[in-house]
This record gives sequence, C-alpha cells and structure tokens, in this order.
Amino acid sequence: MSAEFDVRHTAHLARLELSETEATRFQSQLSQILGYVEKLKEVDVSGVEPTAHTAEFLNVFRADEPRDWFTTEEALSNAPRQANHLIIVPKVIE
Amino acid sequence: MDLHTLSLSSLQARFRSGETTPSEALEALETRVAAVDPKVGGYLSRNLERARSEAATADISLPLGGIPIAIKDVINVKGDPCTAASKILQGYTSSYDATVIRKLRAAGAIPFGRLNMDEFAMGSSTENSALQRTSNPWDLSRIPGGSSGGSAAVVAADEAFASLGSDTGGSIRQPAALCGCVGLKPTYGRVSRFGLMAFASSLDQIGPFTKTVKDSALLLNVLSGKDPLDSTSLETPAEDYTRFLGRDLKGVRLGMPKEYFIGGIDPQVNAAVRAAISQYEALGAEIVEVSLPHTEYAVAVYYIIATAEASANLARYDGVRYGRRAEDLRNIQDLYVRSRSEGFGEEVKRRIILGTYVLSSGYYDAYYLRAQKVRTLIRQDFENAFKKVDALICPTSPEAAFKIGDRSGDPLKMYLADIFTIATNLAGNCGISLPCGFAEMEGRRLPVGLQLLGNNLEEAKLLGIAHAYEQSTPWHKERPAL
Repeated sequence: MSAEFDVRHTAHLARLELSETEATRFQSQLSQILGYVEKLKEVDVSGVEPTAHTAEFLNVFRADEPRDWFTTEEALSNAPRQANHLIIVPKVIE
Repeated sequence: MDLHTLSLSSLQARFRSGETTPSEALEALETRVAAVDPKVGGYLSRNLERARSEAATADISLPLGGIPIAIKDVINVKGDPCTAASKILQGYTSSYDATVIRKLRAAGAIPFGRLNMDEFAMGSSTENSALQRTSNPWDLSRIPGGSSGGSAAVVAADEAFASLGSDTGGSIRQPAALCGCVGLKPTYGRVSRFGLMAFASSLDQIGPFTKTVKDSALLLNVLSGKDPLDSTSLETPAEDYTRFLGRDLKGVRLGMPKEYFIGGIDPQVNAAVRAAISQYEALGAEIVEVSLPHTEYAVAVYYIIATAEASANLARYDGVRYGRRAEDLRNIQDLYVRSRSEGFGEEVKRRIILGTYVLSSGYYDAYYLRAQKVRTLIRQDFENAFKKVDALICPTSPEAAFKIGDRSGDPLKMYLADIFTIATNLAGNCGISLPCGFAEMEGRRLPVGLQLLGNNLEEAKLLGIAHAYEQSTPWHKERPAL
C-alpha cells in the first residue's frame, strides 16, 4: 500500500504546498512510517469493534438557551483583515 | 530560604501563616526567571503587570489563593498570546479563558506566563517549537522532553511553583520524567478540554506539572469536573484527590507489564526503575507480573489515530478568521494553501499529510478503521490487567534526555521515544511520572522517571501509591545546578 503513497497528491488534499526538498524528504519519511504501521496487519481483528472514544458517549445534549458569549468585536479581534464587522478575503467567485 | 524553591503547598502554608505574601512570592519567582530562563528557555512570554495586580488582591483563603501557575502555550488565557509555538498563530491573542483557567482563577490562582512546547504539541523534545529552543535544566545541551517541554523545565528549574501541560501520547509524563518533576495525565474526560487547542481530540488531556505528588493532587482537585462546554468531560461525583496520601501500601498490588521490561531500555534507567520496584516491595506492596499483549502495536495505532484527528482539527488554520495570512494572494485557494504552507512547521505538515492519507478514500478501512479496532484490543489489555492489580509500574521513557539535534532527522525514531506512554492515551486511563533516580551521562546527572498507570478514574489511589514512594526516597528534593 505504501508504494502507492503520493506525497504531493495527499498534500494537495490537505491544502498544503511542498517545496521540492520537503516533497522528497516527506515521501521517504512517510513511506517509512507507513511501512512501520503495516505491522497492524498481523493482528486478528475479526469481530472486534472499533474504539473511537474511550468513554462511551451517546448523544450529549444541553438546553438551547441563550447565554453571554463573545461580542462581535471579540469574535473578530484576531481576523487578519476586516471591515464593517465582516472578514475580508480574496474574491471567491471569479 | 528562597521562596522560588518552595512547593505549591509549602508556599500556601507560608501565605497562611503570614510569613510571606503572594506579591513577594511573585517577585521572587520573576527574579528567578530573569536569572535562569535565558539559559533554560521555558517561557515564551509573561504578563508581569497583570500578575502583579492579581497578586496584590489575591484571596489566600481560597484553595490556590495567590499562587502563580505557568501555562503551556496551547491553553487559552484571555488577553494572553496563545500560539501553540507555531508561526501560524503568531500575534494571536486569546479572547476567552479555557475552562481550566476559569477554574484556576476561581480557586484564587494566578495564570502567569506562556510556556514553550513542540508546535501544536507534536513532538517529544520541544525541538519542533517554531519560536524558541528549550533546554533541559540538568544539562543545557539536552532536550527537556516534549511536547510540554517548557512546562516541565520551568518547574524543575524552580521557575514556576507548578504548571499546566497537555498529554496526547505522553506529552506530560515524558518531559516530567526527563526534567525530574511530577507529571499527571488524568483519565480521559476528567478535565475539560474547552479552550485547549485540539491536536487529537480523543486522546488529549490537560494535567499538572508539580514538584511533589501532593501538589499534583491539590491541582487536580481544582482542575477536574464536568464542563457543559466539553461534551466529552465526565459526570463524576466530586472527590478529594489527597484522601489516600499518607496511607500505607499493605495489600496494594502493583503489576509489572512484561512487555515494558524488554530490550531497548537504557541500563541506568532500567536499574533506577527496578530499584524503585524493590522500594515498593520494602514498603509492603506486592509486585506481580502482568501482560499487555498488544503493546507492540501501540505506536502504530497512535500515529494513525492521532494524525487522522489532527488533520481534521488543524483544517481550521486557514488564514481566514485568525492567525497568519499569506500576502499577495491571487484567490481564495491561494490564501488557504499559502497561509498553511508558510505557517505550519515541518513536523506539523508531515503529520497532517499522514493523517489525510490514512483517512483518504480507499485507505480508510486499511489504516484508520483497523487502528481503531486494535485500539479496542489495547484497551482490553488494560481492563484485564486492572482486574488483577491496583496500578502498573514501569519506566516513563526508555532513556534519559537525549542531546538537542540527535533525533531531529528521524521522525520514526523520535516517535518510538513515546513507546511506554502512548498506550495509556489510547486506553484512556490515568498515569503519573515521578522522579526515581538519575542516569549519569558524560559526567552529568540526568533524571529518570518512574511511571505508574492507574485504572479509569482511579487518580486518588494512583496519587496515594505515588506519594508513598516519593516520601520514602530523596529524589523529589534534588535540584539542578543552574
């Protein structure tokens, strides 16, 4: 499986762009790590349920009541660019 | 006596007897930080003015009244920077307090200072910080462990009375071991994660670094509890985690997991841990061998599950709402890609790519689902072991602190440094590391950590077992020469 690992394609899925050096290095390091995790194939997992979480949570609900939270100014206080209580980004639709 | 050397509980006693005040303690601490932190590099920043005004009005009758607590740079404190030691969050200022900070404040404590760490808590040496180097106070040419390296180093160097860190695969216990302090990872869900920047949500847990086991219990008393803002926090009855301190060990059974005592452990670490086990026997505990048969798969399971969760959690850092945004952008795709590519460091990128791959179409079942199933088997190993024993006893780390730069080119070798701590996060139970001696390397004494692992929600018992050993040995009194 790890032979099919394509670092550039996977980086693109994660919206990352790699330099030549990074791509070469990551391709080899991550192939090595994927080779290492192949050992999980040795384990007999037939009939074993997966664990997503160690405590067994079902749906956790709370009352739908308004409460104090951020002001608009606080919520926008770390935005890189803003105006009129809105975040500015480059044009989304060409 | 210099105030900065005191434990949290000794300092508290001196406040209450009127021997000193929170303002004097804060000034003594700041003097110490100014003197040694240029060498250690544990702090990223400190808001001294705010701490001074909080110390001046502190209510010492509260459980942690007037005590400064240093905070890992991944936990939000309103008005402070919070960068997770990443360039992508440089300039970020928290607009709210994490639940643990709200609880510390309600108990009278003073959150003081931001502590260095591996970027987004990804690492075992703090070398992945994009902002600063942190050194081990026992040998400045060595790493302090990680990811909470700053949290461990400042407590060991008497630059903090106590600190908070987070543990996803050993990030509290391993640096505590390497720096020679006490680090507690509570049971998953014991402490609210609200306001902790998420790395791997099913594994992350906040916990304290302290100079003594008693201090660890006192902090857990304040930090624990159900939080409506963290739906994975557990609803459990209130309890006093100091209640088993001072109890003898008659009838206590400790299990040595045979898979944790195999080749690859440094001989001096092995000797110190075995001496600690003999000490437990001398104190009246019964030692038995147990087996955790799926131990050898834990690192592989961890690096699939943790990176998968991280790849989803770190998708939020896109340069739009907060954090660093790239410049001269062509379009919105360019904004995402370049902000992330310029902002994240190498290890973070590596893990995001690995996590994205194991979740991607066609590979999900082979990697992620299979890892989740083996995780079940690892949990069952612990469940079976805790039917026979009160706690497990083993090394925290297979070796003492290594040299800065020694591992940075080999991620897999770095990952294997967490071999004894990772399974606990996968299983969800609690664990503690405490000093149990020293390894001598190149003429320097380097701390060795003893790890005790407890069953789910049995922190009180675990702390009692740890305390009995600590009080019968001199290790917790040792300090590095700085």
